[in-house]
Amino acid sequence: MSTASPTATKRVVIEPVTRVEGHGKVSILLDEANHVTQARLHIVEFRGFERYVQGRPYWEMPVLVQRLCGICPVSHHLAAAKALDVIVGADQLPPTAEKMRRLMHYGQMFQSHALHFFHLCSPDLLFGFDADPALRNVLAVADRYPELAVQGVMMRKYGQEIIKATAGKKVHGTGAIPGGINKNLSIEERDGFLKDLAQMTEWAKGALKIARDYTEANLELAGRFGNFDSNFLTLVREDGAMDLYDGQLRAIDAAGEPIFDQVDDQRYRDVLLEEVKDWSYMKFPFIKSIGAEKGWYRVGPLARVNACDRIDTPLAEAERQTFKALTGGKPNPMSLAYHWARMIELLHAVEKIGELLHDPDLQGADRVTRGDRREEGVGIIEAPRGTLIHHYKVNADDQVTMCNLIVSTTHNNTGMNRAVTDVAREFIDGVPEISEGLLNHIEVAVRAYDPCLSCATHAVGQMPLVVKLYDAAGALLDERVKGCEA
Amino acid sequence: MEHMEQYSITIDGRTLTAWEGQTIMEAAHDAGIYVPHLCYLRGLVPFGSCRVCTVKADGRFVSACTQPVTPKMTIENDSEELLDLRRSLIEMLFVEGNHFCMFCEKSGNCELQAIAYRLGISAPRHDYQFPERRLDASHPDIFLDMNRCILCARCVRASRDLDGKGCFDFVGRGRGRRIAVNAEARLSDTVVDVTDEAIDVCPVGAILKKRVGFKVPIGRRTYDLEPIGSDLEARRRPRAAAPTGGAS
Ligand code: SF4
Repeated sequence: MSTASPTATKRVVIEPVTRVEGHGKVSILLDEANHVTQARLHIVEFRGFERYVQGRPYWEMPVLVQRLCGICPVSHHLAAAKALDVIVGADQLPPTAEKMRRLMHYGQMFQSHALHFFHLCSPDLLFGFDADPALRNVLAVADRYPELAVQGVMMRKYGQEIIKATAGKKVHGTGAIPGGINKNLSIEERDGFLKDLAQMTEWAKGALKIARDYTEANLELAGRFGNFDSNFLTLVREDGAMDLYDGQLRAIDAAGEPIFDQVDDQRYRDVLLEEVKDWSYMKFPFIKSIGAEKGWYRVGPLARVNACDRIDTPLAEAERQTFKALTGGKPNPMSLAYHWARMIELLHAVEKIGELLHDPDLQGADRVTRGDRREEGVGIIEAPRGTLIHHYKVNADDQVTMCNLIVSTTHNNTGMNRAVTDVAREFIDGVPEISEGLLNHIEVAVRAYDPCLSCATHAVGQMPLVVKLYDAAGALLDERVKGCEA
Repeated sequence: MEHMEQYSITIDGRTLTAWEGQTIMEAAHDAGIYVPHLCYLRGLVPFGSCRVCTVKADGRFVSACTQPVTPKMTIENDSEELLDLRRSLIEMLFVEGNHFCMFCEKSGNCELQAIAYRLGISAPRHDYQFPERRLDASHPDIFLDMNRCILCARCVRASRDLDGKGCFDFVGRGRGRRIAVNAEARLSDTVVDVTDEAIDVCPVGAILKKRVGFKVPIGRRTYDLEPIGSDLEARRRPRAAAPTGGAS
């Protein structure tokens, strides 16, 4: 696909204008015949961090790097801590440390998936994404389905309280330290969470049902909306089961055949490479053995549910089987299936929380370990939005000399561009016009991937968009504004 | 022991007994009255550089840590005017260094941060200067982050007077003034040891023991539990039983 120069194409730019955190814009490139040649989602990424941390002491990383992101700080916190476990030679964490971190992670997964589902995507699923944008927002959900809105708030709070109990704070905690954890879970904290566990599980099942019913009832739409073949990447446990906190890398192709499996996280560079493109600050990772053009892949809930062999909690596993049955056991390629997969993980997370809360290791006193110091370490975690890689080199003076981060949204970069391109092709075919339908569908396509920008731009239920249409010479022809107050 | 005069002084209208040769800070301390301070530390020779302990004594602005008490001295400590002055000084310290509390491992144990909280500072009124400062990680057990140094000279005095080593000192003048180590280049070239007093006295996160980091969770640290000065105020006694410092 060409990255045609502005003089040879018409450029449609759709950009959110009101928020600063992780926002993006979409530009759509047309050829002379007004056919879409390419759509690009531009995401502002905080690349400066990798430079900034150079020289800083390594033990600061889990707290420093989570400032990358106000949305999934726990994932950065844990990925950094895991990389530093390698640096300090903590090859086997004490059970209390490992389980406290897992509890923190499942708490984060639970609250993040609940937030995304209830606040960001439920308006699309409940009202349909052609509904009037003024009505298709979380306020309308609260009005029409007040019990769902309450559940969303309470589930998010439950996850946040777990984060607070394990990380020390609801946002930007400090719980995970190199080689372990700095606190355990008190009996009072544990009992507080156990009290609400059954309710949370019921609500998670309810949310899952909405996502499943929606997908099954809208198969025709899901089949033509952002539906494309891709590879998938995730961590899996040694036995192939889903493991969101730790494991080995596995990639499968569109047919479900393995590309690689059980690759040690320290060796991620043996199987993944990153490409830089001139029009984006974001890197484009790809599977080395396939090459840059065809080696792109998707990560996140869809990738994880597609690529794991099973889920080790019964309720989520039963759902996974239903999910897999829909596509005859093959990977599900539909962007809209992300929602269903995300809710399977929501249920899995709360089942895991229940397992952990019943484990007395959480009250253990042995919390930190160390071994032979190393100069390099990689930490990989399955964050709510997908695989998150942290890689550090540390000198003999304990200073970070190299930091490489590959965040979930970066892995999904090409996938999101593909989804937006598909949508743009359907709506702009030969007609150089920005219709309401195009705007809505781009918004929904991007949101399926839950990229970091979605929370920021969807606070009251709609992405603020400015759409600009340029002629072949780059002059502005038309402009449409959507969802902005000004 | 020489005879020491007892003086009657007032601080914020409260009458108390002070001893000849005591500073205002010491007299206040003995009476359980908190005068905010940064460069002052009990056990170190007063330095009087940060001016955060500025009080009004008989109508004049003075540093409580260096000004001796005089008979019938009337001292204002807790007034709007002084509060505003102290806030302004603290804010200047914040903007002239690089103080990122959100990932600083000293957070919760940092006196600068704790005073800012106690004085109710939310955001400085001056522009941040984002200066370029040095890191020195050469010592196996000590990490120096000069981004956070507020030039209080506690390390200078402690190393010289308590450790008898003189590992730290000032170099440069005016805006170029900074803490340097007493060696050709790096901290590891000095005789400093991680058990030295000098390593414990830094009020901010400029001198750190390596690999301690966040072992104590945020939320359970000294000033997370109660505001700075509360321990002193809790010990408030009606009369000073024995003098702090002063002539002996
Ligand atoms: S390093 Fe710490 S103790 Fe030394 S002058 Fe700077 S702030 Fe004060």
